[in-house]
Amino acid sequence: MSTDIDRQWTSRIRHNVVDKLPPDKLLPDTQPAYVASWIYVFGVTTIAALGVVILTGIILALDGPQWWHSSSLGHFVNSMHLWSVEIFFFAMVVHLWGKFSMAAWRGGRSLTWVTGAVTFMASILAGFTGYVSQTNFDSQWIATQAKDGINSTGGGAFFNVLNLGQMLMWHIVLLPLAAVVLTALHVIMVRVKGVVPPFEDATTEVSA
Amino acid sequence: MTKKAFRPDVDAPEYKGAYVPYDIIKEGAIAVLVVFILTAALALVFSSPDEKAITIKTWSNADAVDFAQTAGDELAGTSAVAGYGAPYNSNGTSQHWGFLSPEKWVGVHIPINTSQDFVIDPLSAQPAQPALTAALNQWKSASSTVQTAWADAFNKAEPNLTFVNNRVIIPTKAAGPIPVLLNYETQMARSGALDQALVTQNGFYTTNYTKPLLFLSDGTYFAGLANKQHLLGSQWGMMNETGQYPGQAWLWLYTFWYQVKPWSTSASGDFLVWGTMMILTALMVLVPFIPGLRSIPRKIKIYRIIWREHYTQ
Repeated sequence: MSTDIDRQWTSRIRHNVVDKLPPDKLLPDTQPAYVASWIYVFGVTTIAALGVVILTGIILALDGPQWWHSSSLGHFVNSMHLWSVEIFFFAMVVHLWGKFSMAAWRGGRSLTWVTGAVTFMASILAGFTGYVSQTNFDSQWIATQAKDGINSTGGGAFFNVLNLGQMLMWHIVLLPLAAVVLTALHVIMVRVKGVVPPFEDATTEVSA
Repeated sequence: MTKKAFRPDVDAPEYKGAYVPYDIIKEGAIAVLVVFILTAALALVFSSPDEKAITIKTWSNADAVDFAQTAGDELAGTSAVAGYGAPYNSNGTSQHWGFLSPEKWVGVHIPINTSQDFVIDPLSAQPAQPALTAALNQWKSASSTVQTAWADAFNKAEPNLTFVNNRVIIPTKAAGPIPVLLNYETQMARSGALDQALVTQNGFYTTNYTKPLLFLSDGTYFAGLANKQHLLGSQWGMMNETGQYPGQAWLWLYTFWYQVKPWSTSASGDFLVWGTMMILTALMVLVPFIPGLRSIPRKIKIYRIIWREHYTQ
């Protein structure tokens, strides 16, 4: 018989979380022997690069969007921001193709794939808004060119790439938040379901 | 219990093999350290580009003729922005594919009247000068028919426009007050006052550069600089960066469509490219649910390389 405590929202959420993601799944100390390829490195590399992107972005934010033009330290931090973004996308694309090759959506992992793919899209938008927020010639040119594509979809009326304030806010608040939340969801799903097993050659049956 | 057939592209076999030690925290820490060091090393060795932003002042001083011609087109309503259509105005033909034209459906949300916003309003805010005031009054009090006649005369003489001794010379006497207005507009631009006027139309504080960027984009000077930096669309510019730096290489597929027909030649090319990419993106996101597509990994067998140790055991 369930008690009042069992029916509490807090209790229910705690039980659900612990059932689906017990500590040994969240922070495992073993893994299946088939997880033995360099391709698996690119997932964690993507997350590590995201961490460096966010760290350098926070440092750039401290003194405002134009600090890096006039400070050698600021320029160095901007360079780190740029190169960590390049590493982030390189690792993410290799990770994506690796997971596609493994059909990593099998075994009830469809949402893991979907959150990963949507994170990729959010990251592209985050990168783009960063490029148009540089406050230099590159940002001027990219903004004036990109407006035509976005305007053609009707989106330009609400997402004005020529409005520096709007682009900067999306770049430093909304899109990083989306990328981090989506990445967290993606990682939690990987931990809940585990890494997808290899294809088996023999046809077997599973319980419905 | 019912049984259903195993679907190899949807179901995963239950793994009953061995497990090996795995230190997830150590792996994460090493990854962060390696990426941080690699990033710092790349930043130290290669730095990052920072080509200074151009202004209307630098443009009008570097190429006064191009500036005056562009300003004349803005005043005459014959520039690209003047005839752009939504979301800036209703003068242009919206991009579409069949009956699909979201640009048109959304309509004008960022109203831009190039004649008023780029020329007449900034000049009207200048300190009163008899010749300028007279020219502005002549323009403002003229009917649209008369203004169009002046604009037509300007457009005919425009290719022969020159800039001599700090003055814009337009070889026509039928352009009404346009030569005077363009002379003051050019002087205003060369002093830097026009840059300021275009961003302060909405008040003291501003972070919106829509107007000066649109004005810049109408001239050939801006595109000429981009051409030197290999940033034009025909140069796969969307994924390039100024100098020899990697840009948004992940946009290669967007850029690709702009290089091939019919996307590259259609008047609605942008809409076709973005529509194509939206469809491809949806396919990528939904691949686990699409029969055929989701079978590709099993058929191309790259997984056998990834899991080669597993299959050799």
